[in-house]
Amino acid sequence: MSLLEIERLTVSFHRRAGLLRRVNVDCVRDISLAVARGEVLALFGASGAGKSLVAHAVMGLLPANATAGGAMRFDGRLLDPPAQAALRGSRIALIPQSIGHLDPLATVGQQLRWAARRAGHPMTVPGAVEGALSRFDLAPAVAATFPHALSGGMARRVMLAMTTVSGADLVIADEPSNGLDAENTARVFRCLKSFAEAGKAVIVISHDLSAALEIADRVVLLRDGQVAAQERANAFAGDGEALCAAYARAIWNALPQNGFSRGHHEA
Amino acid sequence: MRSWKAFVLVRLIRLALVLAGVAVVAFVLVKLSPVDPIDAYLGPDIARVGPEQRALITEKWGLDQPAGVQFVKWLSSMLTGDLGWSVTYNASVADVISERFRSSIVLMGLAWAFSGFIGFSLGIWAGANPGSWSDRIIRLYAYILAATPTFWIAILLLIVFSVGLRWTPVCCAAPIGMLPEDVTLLQRLHHLLLPLIALSILGIAQIALHTRVKMIEIMQSDFVLYARAQGATMLDIVLHHGARNAALPAITVLFASLGELFGGSILAETVFSYPGLGSATIEAGIRGDVPLLLAITLTATLFVSVGNTIADILYHVADPRISSASEAWQGIAE
Repeated sequence: MSLLEIERLTVSFHRRAGLLRRVNVDCVRDISLAVARGEVLALFGASGAGKSLVAHAVMGLLPANATAGGAMRFDGRLLDPPAQAALRGSRIALIPQSIGHLDPLATVGQQLRWAARRAGHPMTVPGAVEGALSRFDLAPAVAATFPHALSGGMARRVMLAMTTVSGADLVIADEPSNGLDAENTARVFRCLKSFAEAGKAVIVISHDLSAALEIADRVVLLRDGQVAAQERANAFAGDGEALCAAYARAIWNALPQNGFSRGHHEA
Repeated sequence: MRSWKAFVLVRLIRLALVLAGVAVVAFVLVKLSPVDPIDAYLGPDIARVGPEQRALITEKWGLDQPAGVQFVKWLSSMLTGDLGWSVTYNASVADVISERFRSSIVLMGLAWAFSGFIGFSLGIWAGANPGSWSDRIIRLYAYILAATPTFWIAILLLIVFSVGLRWTPVCCAAPIGMLPEDVTLLQRLHHLLLPLIALSILGIAQIALHTRVKMIEIMQSDFVLYARAQGATMLDIVLHHGARNAALPAITVLFASLGELFGGSILAETVFSYPGLGSATIEAGIRGDVPLLLAITLTATLFVSVGNTIADILYHVADPRISSASEAWQGIAE
């Protein structure tokens, strides 16, 4: 059974045009998807395709001028605003994409403790913070540093540690490989994969298909706020004959390592 | 250690330069003003003094010498600690300033603390709930008060509470006719109340508006979004992320407002006849008490500069990004 089910999700922004007229703009339309425990789902799309909006809608973190329609269920429970408030942080965790998501004025250790307390598992044992950091190859001294002193890779690992202490069983990673070198990307991906192996459901939001394919079991391709295709990750192989949707094939063949570069050779 | 010494040294040099600059400007302004120190000194006796006697006083006071020489003489006596004699209060300028400063610092200090605390709290509240009714009320209050002159507020308070309701005394820092040693703390506070309110009201508006804007920015920041994603409650976010991050600009505004506070105290003290440095400034100006006026100017400069320096130090202590940046800068400089 799926842990998270999204049925016909629509996210619309409303804004005033003139004095009386109100304009609604649908940025996400009729998106349906599901993710099960132990599965890594990649949500792929170009910038502005609505990937992050889906994540924010699931968590109930949409801006005040946006409304979500459709139905979402988590673990069989309807995801309405009170449910989202109760599940946020404790069972649904977000891994944001940049260092700017850490408070510049609080130490890493402090923020780790806050994350644990907010999830309902306060860190009371001495050395718990250092222990959580060491699982992600971060030295104990990192606990006393402020976010500005962290590198991009370290910040990402700090946020992975914050996700781990929360004990959430649905993890949504927003562009986890953005701005990271190959080594750090591999490290972050290993960790996300281990989340899935431990029975969590993982959603990876990415605009980089080849990066997402390294860990994803399934890929949902978004285009202009709609689901353009849903494919198994292992179908992205060879010439893409196994892919069902023409859009998925087009994207796959446009990757530099596939048809795109071959096309140049032929020419 | 080394960086601390360098910091203090740089600050002291800067302070000395500022004081020297203010001394020059203040001296030139007094020289250009129509105030004649001899007329001011003589007061009503001016009719009984002949031109010869005037010339004698001019020569004795060194006023016949060029302005540059007068300035150097004045500055060197200032540096040796001789601030001169105040004709207005018939006491040495140093005594007048130290006595007046003591009663002023109570008023200004309390007003500063109140406006900081209340203004910051209101700003945090309004910024955390932008567009709400409480935000609108706080904003309206702040805009009206930010545009209201201190002396007008002071007169209004006086009319309502002292004259109309008779809750508070009309003037001074203690009941008239009482010896200073007989005045109780309660009486002092009673007399302090209205000047304090008049002076605080202005500062509250400033701090509240600045904090509100910063708070709105913080509430829309990525780290607050992440905190919400972690399941943080509104109170949790406001306390741990909002207040912390909004404190930095509030500190700056609070210390930068020391100059306005001093200016405000001149007006408030005059309206309430509160015997502080502010009312002494007005007296010195009206009576042409040049030594007192110059000394007060320098005191105010010192006061504001020290305030700005404290703001700088606090900024370094409170924001880890700034301290590590300046360390890095020192690393490059060395």
